[in-house]
Amino acid sequence: MEDEAPVIYGLEFQARSLTAQAAETDRIRFLVGTQSLRSENQVHHIDFDDENNVINKNVFLHREGEVWHISASTFDTSLLTTCYNKTSETKSELRSAVWRLPDDVDPSSPADDHSSSHSPLELLCHLDSGDHDVKGILWHPTGDGQTILGLSEDRILTWDLNVASSSASLTDTITLQSKGQPRLTCGRWNPHHNCAQIATANEATIRGWDLRSKQQTYQMEGAHGQLVRDLDFNPNRQYYLASCGDDCRVKFWDTRNCSEPLKVLSDHSHWVWSVRYNHFHDQLVLTSSSDSRVILNNVVTLSSEPFGHLVEQDDDSDSDSQQDRPQEAPKDGVIATYEEHEDSVYAVDWSTADPWVFASLSYDGRLVINRVPRAEKYKILL
Amino acid sequence: MADKLADADRRKRRDLKSFYGLEGEANGEVPAGGESTKPAASTDPCDINSPHFQPDVYLNKLIQERSLVELMEQEQTMTKDIRSLDSDMQTLVYENYNKFISATDTIRKMKNDFKKMEDEMDHLATNMSKITTFSASISDTLQDRRHQITKLAGVHSLLKKLQFLFELPARLKKCIEMEAYSQAVRYYTKAQRVLHQYSHMPSFQGINRDCDAIIQQLCTTLRQQFKEKESTPKQLAECVDLLLQLDEPPEELCDEFLSHARQKIDEDLQDLDRQIKLQSGEAVPVQEDRPAKAFMNTPMDVLEFVDAGCNGFLSNMCLVIASYNDMFLSRTQTDERLDNIALRKLVLFVNDLMEQYFDFVRQRVQLERETGDNTILVRALDRFHRRLQAMNKLLPDTDFSRAGTEIVSKAAKDRVGHYLQTLKQHFADALTDIRQNLAAPRLVGKHDGVAKLAELLSNMQGSVVEQIKSVLNNLQAFIAADITFAMKPYFRGPFCNQDVREGLVVGFVKHICAVCNEFCESSSDRGSVPPALLLILSRYCIDLENATISYLLTLTEEQFLVEERAAGSPVADLCNEAKSAAQRLLNHFVRVQGLTISQMLRKSVETRDWLNTIEPRNVRAVMKRVVEDMTAIDLQVGQLYEEGVRRERSSDSSRRTHPHSMSQQNKRLQWSYSPSVDNSLMSNIQKLFSEKIEVFSAVEFSKVSVLTGIIKISLKTFLECVRLRTFGRYGLQQIQVDTHYLQLYLWRFVSDENLVQVLLDEIVCSSVHRCVDPVMMEPSVIDLICERG
Repeated sequence: MEDEAPVIYGLEFQARSLTAQAAETDRIRFLVGTQSLRSENQVHHIDFDDENNVINKNVFLHREGEVWHISASTFDTSLLTTCYNKTSETKSELRSAVWRLPDDVDPSSPADDHSSSHSPLELLCHLDSGDHDVKGILWHPTGDGQTILGLSEDRILTWDLNVASSSASLTDTITLQSKGQPRLTCGRWNPHHNCAQIATANEATIRGWDLRSKQQTYQMEGAHGQLVRDLDFNPNRQYYLASCGDDCRVKFWDTRNCSEPLKVLSDHSHWVWSVRYNHFHDQLVLTSSSDSRVILNNVVTLSSEPFGHLVEQDDDSDSDSQQDRPQEAPKDGVIATYEEHEDSVYAVDWSTADPWVFASLSYDGRLVINRVPRAEKYKILL
Repeated sequence: MADKLADADRRKRRDLKSFYGLEGEANGEVPAGGESTKPAASTDPCDINSPHFQPDVYLNKLIQERSLVELMEQEQTMTKDIRSLDSDMQTLVYENYNKFISATDTIRKMKNDFKKMEDEMDHLATNMSKITTFSASISDTLQDRRHQITKLAGVHSLLKKLQFLFELPARLKKCIEMEAYSQAVRYYTKAQRVLHQYSHMPSFQGINRDCDAIIQQLCTTLRQQFKEKESTPKQLAECVDLLLQLDEPPEELCDEFLSHARQKIDEDLQDLDRQIKLQSGEAVPVQEDRPAKAFMNTPMDVLEFVDAGCNGFLSNMCLVIASYNDMFLSRTQTDERLDNIALRKLVLFVNDLMEQYFDFVRQRVQLERETGDNTILVRALDRFHRRLQAMNKLLPDTDFSRAGTEIVSKAAKDRVGHYLQTLKQHFADALTDIRQNLAAPRLVGKHDGVAKLAELLSNMQGSVVEQIKSVLNNLQAFIAADITFAMKPYFRGPFCNQDVREGLVVGFVKHICAVCNEFCESSSDRGSVPPALLLILSRYCIDLENATISYLLTLTEEQFLVEERAAGSPVADLCNEAKSAAQRLLNHFVRVQGLTISQMLRKSVETRDWLNTIEPRNVRAVMKRVVEDMTAIDLQVGQLYEEGVRRERSSDSSRRTHPHSMSQQNKRLQWSYSPSVDNSLMSNIQKLFSEKIEVFSAVEFSKVSVLTGIIKISLKTFLECVRLRTFGRYGLQQIQVDTHYLQLYLWRFVSDENLVQVLLDEIVCSSVHRCVDPVMMEPSVIDLICERG
């Protein structure tokens, strides 16, 4: 299938941050931040033309430093945050800022166009974190708030963003009480329960927090054998959480029962760096690993549609559906393994516009856009 | 002369015979005489003795053939013959004459005698007629009397009978008083018919009534006796016999008999039940008044139990069946229908009780599970089985041996299960032992501690095999030659094949594999299993696959005579299972060890401030630690696994002595002189030509492969950690020193030096990327530092 072939886009620099442009629901768009200590860093605004199978891009300069984490606003397509490395001769600090994409976005410029004149991102405001490194920024999942969360060493920071006045004020700090020097590695905002909860991970422990009471709600000690690298909430089913880590496993949890995972996948042969639920069909779970593979899993038994797509059928198609039904015995398992990368794949994300498209980014700067195999797609739709 | 005489004699006789017309016979006799010429001579006209003799022919012949002298001689002999013949004839005639004379005399004498006799006979005849007339007259006179006598005799006997009838009630009473019941019944049965026949006459009616009443009483007495507990079976049999004679309904009797028998047998069963309760500790011994029963209070072993069951229950059962047969079934007069009913009743009764009994035996045998002694159990089962077969002969329509065999099989199966449990326990103990040994502080130096692995392994192997052997030996008691059930194919087949081979040996091997797999699965998160144990187990599984499984199965098949074709799971499957378990264990070992070292490296990279570090003077301690650990692991693995194959390297022998090769140095020079060149391009090109490195891949069963696996995991972690940091100039140089040090010491552990090289290069390459001020260190300085460290 020609249009099932992956589309590959090469960045000039190494990169490990990737996100879908969350507020964009019509076009397949991704943001990638590069990492280079010695050259000027860039943020690539990728637009994938599904019909022509072409990547269009806009490159913006990110002059502050190399991008370690990037996240797009959930309510304004032009807003994004980065966590960047500010290095000097003696120190290297992780800082974060909110940026605005320049207005004259022309997404139609083809990917192979190497015009050297890139416009810089417009700084909206810096996010003040005191003297602490910021590992990641979380936007409010439903986009109706102006709250931004930041993960910084042992604390969760809350900023109140005012776009109009281009300012952000630190409003709250939740500090993690634990032995040693706990450092949060990643976090995820729970889209359910009125977006009042988030989950964070430090070392091998996953913790849940209530943002209103600022208290820890649950804790999974030793959720993974090694460091936990990423988390993601099931977008359609409450309490369901996926995690991945250095023990090469992906685990699925019910946050009401922290003692045992619901399911464990161990298909990767090295650390799993990223896990993502498909926003529309939550049985599709993507994972990426430093074994340079991306794996698309079918976890239908833990999905919100464990018995297939229960859509009311028209009367005339009843006979067809009845014939089809026995074939639809949903089974968990690996749908596809993507081997287009040659270095560790640190990030993967689904498009927010097209449920069947996703992008993955490996350290050597290769961005690959792939689709869910057609057979699987039809199996879910029909 | 003698010849001549004999010849003459014979001739004489022949002549006589011919005279009396016996010629034919004489002819038949002639050949026996032995003279061959005779038959020819008979027709020869020249034979002088022949009837066909023709004197002319003879004379002519003589004259023609003989000389004169001979003729003369002939003539003389002729005359001599004639003369002798003449005299012979004379003597004969004389003799005959004499005989005739004497015969005539004799006949005359006889004539006289007969005349006398005739007279006497006449006399006798007259006397006889006289006697006849007399006797007739006498009998005529006696006729009347005789009639009278006969009549009187008849009346007498009738009177006697009547007297008997009249006396019958009294007699019966007396008999009953004397407890001579059989006598009474005999009397009654004798009289009964008559009484019934004449029951319309009032006098007889009275007697009949009396008798009936008495007999009724007798019946009740008999039934009373029947119901009494103490009455012996013989008495019972008698009772039943009498009652049957008294026309009591046999069905009722059957029931009564059986219910009576049941009481006794129930007692036996209760005893057995109490024994079981005693054994299982449910019941406390009750104080028994009778000392004879005191032994029932102490728990018996299973043999005693079965004995008690056989002697008490089964014997009584047999007795009941036998007497029942005698009473109800073997009677000739009972009709078919009654027979059937009686038989059915018996079968129901027996089945019911036997079921209870089997239940008890089953319970008791199950209680036997805890103790270790097989022989007693087997003997008990054997006895049980034998007794049941005896039962079968007694009651042909039912088959208790099946139920019995089921119990025996179940017991054997339980035993096998119990042994399997023991084996599992033993295996678990062995594992605990090893754990303790591993955890125990090493007393004498490190080398000794390492040497223990092989020893521990062989200890475990030895003890497990020994244990299995001893279990098999124990189980052989079940198929010993003197055990009857052992010879039955329906026991032997399933026991040997399904229970022992499949259930025990195969089950145990599977259990080992399962335990091993469990180690890989669950404990990965907890990390409580010492890696050395994984290593030992992995080697153990390999040995299982290579030798032990087939050895054990062959041993079992030999000892238990399992046929090859009947065998269940094939050896190959088990071997595969063991092999995959070994593989999993070894992979897990590699993973665990790799993660331990990874953790060390990760911490060392994460906690250091690489931007503000000083110029490297030493190899970092953690690298030395890594090399030390690798050496220790190398020693451990070397204890249990072969070296394995290294990938063929260049023939340049100097490489081994100077591991920091020219190519390496070239590369480093390149970096140091052109740090600004995009290194990723180079590494990408390099990657194009080298295979993708599977980090957590399966390893082979060799030392080199295991260590390669561990090193891969560790170095990949190192790489990933380096990529997350930012380096200053000296930080980069420190990494350079560290990787070079690793290069110096790690190559010897791995199968493919190139692999280490590639990974280390990538680490350096990545740190160059992550360096703010990438200035490489001189290779010579690096060498110097590494040699010093």
